[in-house]
Amino acid sequence: MIRFEQVSISYPEAAAPVLRAVELDIPEGELCLVVGPTGSGKSSLLGAVNGLVPHFTGGTLAGRVTVAGRDTAKHRPRELADVVGVVGQDPLAGFVTDTVEQELAYGMEQLAIAPAVMRKRVEETLDLLGLAELRHRALHELSGGQQQRVAIGSVLTAHPQVLVLDEPTSALDPTAAEEVLAAITRLVHDLGVTVLLAEHRLERVVQYADRVLQVHADGTVSDSPPARAFEQSRVAPPVIELGRLAGWSPLPLSVRDARRAAGPLRQQLAELPYPDEAKPTAQPVLLAARKVLVRYGSVIAVREVDLDLRAGELTALMGRNGSGKSSLLWALQGSGPRQGGTVQVTDLLGGPAADPHQLSAAGARRLVGLVPQTPTDLLYLDTVGAELAQADRESGQATGRSSREILDGLAPGIGAASHPRDLSEGQKLALALAIQLAAAPRIVLLDEPTRGLDYQAKRALTGMLHELIEQGHSVLVSTHDVEFVAAAAGRVVVLADGEVVADGPTGEVILASPAFAPQTAKVLSPLPYLTVEQVSASLARSRQ
Amino acid sequence: MARSAQDSGGRRLPRSLHPLAWWAWAAGLAIAVSRTINPLLLLLVLGVLGFVVTARRTEAPWARGFKYYLWFALSVIAIRVVFRSVFTSATAAGDHVLFRLPQVHAPHWYAGVQFGGPVSLEAVLAAGLDGLRLACLLCCIGAANTLANPKRALRVLPGALYELGVAVTVSITIAPQLVESVQRVRRARRLRAGKASGFRALRSIAIPVLEDALERSLQLAAAMDSRGYGRQGNLTVRSRRLTAALMLAGMLGLCTGAYGLYDPTAPAQLGLPALLAGSALCCAGLMLGGRRVRRTSYRPDPWRLPEWIVTGCGLGSAALLLVSAHYDPLALSPTLSPLSWPSLPLLPALAIGLAALAGLVAPPPPDEPARPGRLLIEPASQPIEFQQAVSR
Repeated sequence: MIRFEQVSISYPEAAAPVLRAVELDIPEGELCLVVGPTGSGKSSLLGAVNGLVPHFTGGTLAGRVTVAGRDTAKHRPRELADVVGVVGQDPLAGFVTDTVEQELAYGMEQLAIAPAVMRKRVEETLDLLGLAELRHRALHELSGGQQQRVAIGSVLTAHPQVLVLDEPTSALDPTAAEEVLAAITRLVHDLGVTVLLAEHRLERVVQYADRVLQVHADGTVSDSPPARAFEQSRVAPPVIELGRLAGWSPLPLSVRDARRAAGPLRQQLAELPYPDEAKPTAQPVLLAARKVLVRYGSVIAVREVDLDLRAGELTALMGRNGSGKSSLLWALQGSGPRQGGTVQVTDLLGGPAADPHQLSAAGARRLVGLVPQTPTDLLYLDTVGAELAQADRESGQATGRSSREILDGLAPGIGAASHPRDLSEGQKLALALAIQLAAAPRIVLLDEPTRGLDYQAKRALTGMLHELIEQGHSVLVSTHDVEFVAAAAGRVVVLADGEVVADGPTGEVILASPAFAPQTAKVLSPLPYLTVEQVSASLARSRQ
Repeated sequence: MARSAQDSGGRRLPRSLHPLAWWAWAAGLAIAVSRTINPLLLLLVLGVLGFVVTARRTEAPWARGFKYYLWFALSVIAIRVVFRSVFTSATAAGDHVLFRLPQVHAPHWYAGVQFGGPVSLEAVLAAGLDGLRLACLLCCIGAANTLANPKRALRVLPGALYELGVAVTVSITIAPQLVESVQRVRRARRLRAGKASGFRALRSIAIPVLEDALERSLQLAAAMDSRGYGRQGNLTVRSRRLTAALMLAGMLGLCTGAYGLYDPTAPAQLGLPALLAGSALCCAGLMLGGRRVRRTSYRPDPWRLPEWIVTGCGLGSAALLLVSAHYDPLALSPTLSPLSWPSLPLLPALAIGLAALAGLVAPPPPDEPARPGRLLIEPASQPIEFQQAVSR
């Protein structure tokens, strides 16, 4: 179906090619998972399948890519539209029309498919993806998962033989992501569509994959069945890391496989002492919020929430999309609306507690730093150096540490001359965090920082945040990512419908509901292990 | 209100009328309006527009816009009257002077214009009536926009203008996203304690917003390309130029023709012939441009009897009014000196009444599915998030 023959792709501004001598042959009806660190040639590989690379993006492609017998060098993406369907990360950015039905028909209109056929295919696709009740709805009114399913449906109506999905779930909450991935696997099984899927959250998809294409940092691509691919890979979901640690063969890909293999390990661990819970130490309360109320018109986003943030504590704020996480963060920072309640923040020098909402923006910033969901909203200058210098001017050198030093502490090796937009997602986040830390706030809030980060970047983020809490900051992170929470946070607060429904040590809160437990916990349940690191530490201690 | 959907059986199933039919109807009524300054007739036109709009509009967002056109129309009348009062012209002997504004004499190099002075009832009435006519024209356009889904109207554009239609549709969709983007970045500005106004703030807000917009449009272009946009219909340079020339000449003809028709003082030869020639040229251009385009259209609006009748109602009232303007011009443009109460001429009134028939003939609009009320922008969250908040 898809053949890559000695394909190399290089861009003029880059020193080395992003893909080098790629040799692939993907037969019909396979679900191929494309993995690799951020910045590797994953997107280029996917783009090459329908000719967006190099026709749309520029760059040079050596070798030959053929899809269903058509050479992408001779066929532009629009001429491959009937064979390859492409779905991107942000469904809203790719919509051309305004209602679900029109969007499903758009591709077929371009292909000049007869009206009677179009009508039939739209109905079929509405049923296939469970969109029938939404058919007349405006696209911007749909939830993220629904939008992504519409985006998939809108390319499916053209009956492509190949579906290319570039991180289709990175902007979705876990439920919406499940919805989309279920739709994709159904397509593979029912229609025999060949699917090429890039995804950061491997734990969600690896069990469905028929094979794994690993894009390495040097641009080479290796192609192997999933169990073999992850024997060595640096990026792997926790269930596989656990398998590697315990030496299981073949490596388990799903929680079910791992649970079956994990009997002896569970027994061994049951005899060992449980992992240390981070003991709640009597640290001073830095931020005390009482009965915080945020409402937009008649909708109450945050309903009388009480929250204390202590020094040296990393708290995760969880909850589905729309549960009021962002609104709460903005209200705590003082920049967002707050219709009721009080927020009292103690400053660095132990002076009288102040309400950031009543201070100037600069004053609020010195008490509470917030990195918004889109960190690039904070950035507007041409170079990293200029941004950092501007941050130092804005904060008036409150710490004595320049933002450059802070950034080097968080993520070393970001050149001062590089453009902020050219950085990777993790580096952008580090830059935004450094800018906010330049004002030396003791409370640091991050809104969905894990979105779009791969395992390594997430690990780096965990490192950065732990450094902050060791310095005595208090960090509050809103996130959907259970694995990240299990590895990083000491305390979890769960919001639903604007109210706090759970608040306690990470272990207690996330082990309480099996659906939201991390993979390690699911495999080792009822033992209270959350991460592979805890397991390996326990084992190492027992061997001593 | 006469809604006979139930008693007349399946013939009048709810559906939306072809957008072009509404536009033709509104254009006909606009031509009729342009021929008269009789306040009774003009008020009758407003009544007809109001009736048809309330009877046949949907619950969609664009259909709630008629009241804004009404406000706009009122402000047009007001502006006209105020200007006329301030820039007074000389009053005639028998005029009724209402009041006197303090007079300002223009400098000698700007002689001929008079500010202030006596304001006569006649002048105010003339301005008001003129304004009323303009207001009626505006309301005609407003009615068409309210009754016909603007996006569906774009979809019936001929093949040669397809790109234009897509561009307009996309920009309509992008505009609210841009507003959301600006709000998000402005809030983020406060996090860095940056100034929220002034030139530097403009830069710090404009750059992230523009970068965002650029990124988004590149993504959209890639998505459209990979979904087959522009697959066929690559015109040769020669036929493209020919199409452009034909369209340009045709548009010129249409403008001249419209001017001739709408302005009663224009020479008669200017009107209809120019309009016809213009339409012919435009059609030729569109056909030539659309010849190479192969594209189908999903669930196109049908053109059936109600469409013909609605179009006929609008154009019929225009024709009737043109005829009566020929036979009885005074009834359509009653004189203001001496002041007299205008009479309601029978034939023009019937002509305008004919247009009201459209409200009965057009099929009832389809029921829109219940929509959740949209929130205003929720701060600092992606659009996806707050829509979910609503849909849950």
